[in-house]
Amino acid sequence: MKDEAVTREDRVASLKGMGCSRKRVEDARFTQGKGNYVDDIKLDGMLFGDFVRSPYAHAKITNIDTSAAMEVPGVLAVLTAADLAPLGLHWMPTLAGDKQMVLADGKVLFQGQEVAFVVAEDRYAAADGIEAVEVEYEELPVIVDPFEALQSDVILRPDTVGEDGSPSDGAHGPRKHHNHIFTWECGDKDPTEQVIANAEVVAEESMYYHRTHPCPLETCGCVASMDKVNGKLTLWGTFQAPHAIRTVVSLISGIEEHNIRVISPDIGGGFGNKVGAYPGYVCSVVASIVTGKPVKWIEDRMDNLMTTAFARDYWMKGRISATKDGKITGLHCHVTADHGGFDACADPTKFPAGFMNICTGSYDIPTAFLEVDGVYTNKAPGGVSYRCSFRVTEAVYFIERMIEVLAIELDMDASELRKINFIKKEQFPYKAALGWEYDSGDYHTAWDKAMNAVDYDGLRAEQKQRIEDFKAGKTRKLLGIGLTHFTEIVGAGPVKNCDILGLGMFDSCEIRIHPTGSAIARLGTISQGQGHATTFAQILASEIGLPADSITIEEGDTDTAPYGLGTYGSRSTPVAGAATAMAGRKIRAKAQMIAAYLLEVHDDDVEFDVDRFVVKGAPEKFKTMKEIAFAAYNQAIPGIEPGLEAVSYYDPPNMTYPFGAYVCVMEIDVDTGVTDIRQFYALDDCGTRINPMIIEGQIHGGLTEALAVALGQEIAYDDMGNVKTGTLMDFFLPTAWEVPNYETDHTVTPSPHHPIGAKGVGESPHVGGVPCFSNAVHDAFRAFGLRQTNMPHDHWRIWRTANELGLHD
Amino acid sequence: MIPASFEYHRPTDMAGVLSILVEHGDDARVMAGGHSLIPMMKLRMADVPHLIDLQDVGGLAGITVGDTITIGAMVTQSDIILHDALADAAPILREASLQIADPQVRYMGTVGGNVANGDPGNDMPGLMQCLDATFTVVGPNGERKIPAREFYEAAYMTGREDDEVMTAVSFAKPVGGHAYEKQKRKIGDYATAAAAVQIVKDGGTCASASIAMTNLSDTPVYSAAAGDALVGTSVDGDAIKAAVSAMLNDIDPVEDNRGPVAFKRHVAGVILARAIERAWSRA
Repeated sequence: MKDEAVTREDRVASLKGMGCSRKRVEDARFTQGKGNYVDDIKLDGMLFGDFVRSPYAHAKITNIDTSAAMEVPGVLAVLTAADLAPLGLHWMPTLAGDKQMVLADGKVLFQGQEVAFVVAEDRYAAADGIEAVEVEYEELPVIVDPFEALQSDVILRPDTVGEDGSPSDGAHGPRKHHNHIFTWECGDKDPTEQVIANAEVVAEESMYYHRTHPCPLETCGCVASMDKVNGKLTLWGTFQAPHAIRTVVSLISGIEEHNIRVISPDIGGGFGNKVGAYPGYVCSVVASIVTGKPVKWIEDRMDNLMTTAFARDYWMKGRISATKDGKITGLHCHVTADHGGFDACADPTKFPAGFMNICTGSYDIPTAFLEVDGVYTNKAPGGVSYRCSFRVTEAVYFIERMIEVLAIELDMDASELRKINFIKKEQFPYKAALGWEYDSGDYHTAWDKAMNAVDYDGLRAEQKQRIEDFKAGKTRKLLGIGLTHFTEIVGAGPVKNCDILGLGMFDSCEIRIHPTGSAIARLGTISQGQGHATTFAQILASEIGLPADSITIEEGDTDTAPYGLGTYGSRSTPVAGAATAMAGRKIRAKAQMIAAYLLEVHDDDVEFDVDRFVVKGAPEKFKTMKEIAFAAYNQAIPGIEPGLEAVSYYDPPNMTYPFGAYVCVMEIDVDTGVTDIRQFYALDDCGTRINPMIIEGQIHGGLTEALAVALGQEIAYDDMGNVKTGTLMDFFLPTAWEVPNYETDHTVTPSPHHPIGAKGVGESPHVGGVPCFSNAVHDAFRAFGLRQTNMPHDHWRIWRTANELGLHD
Repeated sequence: MIPASFEYHRPTDMAGVLSILVEHGDDARVMAGGHSLIPMMKLRMADVPHLIDLQDVGGLAGITVGDTITIGAMVTQSDIILHDALADAAPILREASLQIADPQVRYMGTVGGNVANGDPGNDMPGLMQCLDATFTVVGPNGERKIPAREFYEAAYMTGREDDEVMTAVSFAKPVGGHAYEKQKRKIGDYATAAAAVQIVKDGGTCASASIAMTNLSDTPVYSAAAGDALVGTSVDGDAIKAAVSAMLNDIDPVEDNRGPVAFKRHVAGVILARAIERAWSRA
């Protein structure tokens, strides 16, 4: 075909750049079982390590006898805290500035805590060895309630008490009590109290956002291999932040960072579970150093649910004030945060409660105050951001419930109340009362589109009729209309205020163009299913004019990829995606000079056009990027060094603020508590859309995890600190059967400060979905007097609500 | 989640199975689909030094449909669902089987394993009590038959001796309308409450009714009184209320993650009422 026959549109399409639903390049291997996950790694002589775990939630350890375990065939070593102490590795720092026992140091603080590490020739021998380790425990009083913890004489952590017996200072300031971790304040306390005291209307409500777990399909694990000849440690693992892990391992172990290579292979979902550093990593490294052989550690499902990375567990108390006609004047929020036995939250260091201070939501609230108290209890550590930016699901749940409660107080329609208070389009950039500067938004447009799409007025009319029918005994089903407008804060973040343990939260991209016009780009992030190899190539295709199919994306190997802080908090596109675009622009800038030389014109006389540079005003004179790439390597060009490579480290000037409008229509059987989602409409605005198909997949996945959390998924403890939901029999992981049909929609409000205007989308549906499902349950019972009932809204709790409202009488 | 080590036996006939059982006594257990036993072994809650896999033992996987229906112990739930003659003769079996676990489990899970294990969460025991089935077991002293309604003593305790193997269930071809109603939290879950109902209609009145409940006690609950409450009535609202009330006297649920006792009793009543209504509409 002659070149003239190829239209500009054809050339754009052939790149498969931004905006195209390019098929995921990862899926060929995933759908054929050809992925390479950490448990697929098998090395010569590899050993297997596994933990003896505490059956008690709080106990003193009086003795550990490993002699019988050492007799078990195949068992080579049993590590205890006593073995790690001389190395200073029996405790390790947490991402939250606290420290955590690697192996139980004299006591245990939660059920499932790591007590000893059995190293054996295979996992079967390790399991038998675990059975043979004899641990003597002396039970201590168990505290699973954070409010009780703050009153109790029981000292959970001896290191929280100073020599004079008073509470010592924590990582974030003074402690109020020995079981207290931190207080974090944000906003204006006295003015907020004043506004609320003088308000025409005040709504007050307490709510518990229950403890749950990200539960990725692949559990956490690693393989540590210490090469004693060259002194190099290689660590494969399920790491959402491989570079940060390398630095942390270096700081903990004293091994120089150039001698550590961390590799994240394919990862089967993370959702925050794989951000933190876990005792299994430390023990595997030590065991490899001790034995001189590679050591693998892989969690089973119960280990995963019971010990690594819970999410939420926030007791939130709110007061919201307004004028009689519904204009919000102030918001007060207090959180009692249950962090378990160690504060191992994965938040930027200056934010011990993450970005909970986004809790003013999508609303123009002039005055606000937030106070968070972190507390130790006898539960597993974690506090990770499960498919959300740091504590953003908690914040959005809080404000979206408070809006509903205020609507009840005002006897006003909840949609109308939102519309009165949305931040207006012309107010952006908007400085919120709790400090953030929202970069962009158009909430009214999105909301109106959503209300029209679901025929909101029609739904309310139907609901009114349903209530009459119910009261008349014609039906036993109620209709709930759940509304949510969420504003996320993602893309952490600007190094000036976002770091983790001093590591700035920039990210990076390095590009090498090959002479024949294909390329490899490496990033500091790591895909766990998000499809980075697909979408980052699309960004580059549009930026540098080479087909996405000719661009390899590589992440996760710290020996080859540039330094970056990894993938969580929807930060890959806002930060590494920006770095990718910026690096691409550096490539383009050099390509422009080469093109000008080849076309014998001045640099300023050529311009970029899809896949080529053309002479301005003479489009028939051009050099394609492919031709330029070849010339870059093979033609002597005066004043320009050979090669075509670029690297960009991107420190974002601000966070990005994706938003969306969701509606859930739910049928509720008041006699059995069974719910049925009749309709779920999700409008997302994530700014510029890179791959609509992948966005759609992200929305479906996030909504499904939201449905899980709202309707049943929890990590529940009994009074003795026993985990009641430690297997998938009781921990709710929805299947296709439980998942409704989702209708997706969008508006596009590009981020003004992001190079391509993208905002991140992976977590929006979870952040917005949870309150939307929950609000639907609440809305169904609003006419019968319900204000607040806590999640998860499983059958029996919904039944209890109906029962308490007298609907079974 | 790794079981203690065990010897794996795979005999090819029942004599081979029985000789291993006799030799090892309590230390040996037979396995059909393995969906109850293997998880218990992985959790190390069941210690089975000698595991006897029944899958190579012939003659246990047949279905015969006549005036009497006989189902071999190794017949899977999937086999039941796919067997059209069985579904015509005893439609409640397909209706119930479709509510057990998920398709993958149903390819493996067997009728024999489901009824023999004595797990109060299993659906087949209550179903077999509703159908007044007879279980056939074979041991060193030969074969014997045990009525399903007398088989279950407590959770995991049954009328089967340790050296006996369940070989078949049989029951008279059911007549009348049927329903198997089950509330569960999700696919794959045990019942919050489930009801199996067979009703025979004579003119406008109920000639006989058989009712059994699942996961509402430490055994399946055959409620003769609930069935009796329907007999001779037109199965109207009052009759159903009486049946529910009789059933509630027979169950004894305990609190678990599915909910407290009051909730379970309430749901049991709702589920039974719905099952009766559906069975009656088909009678």
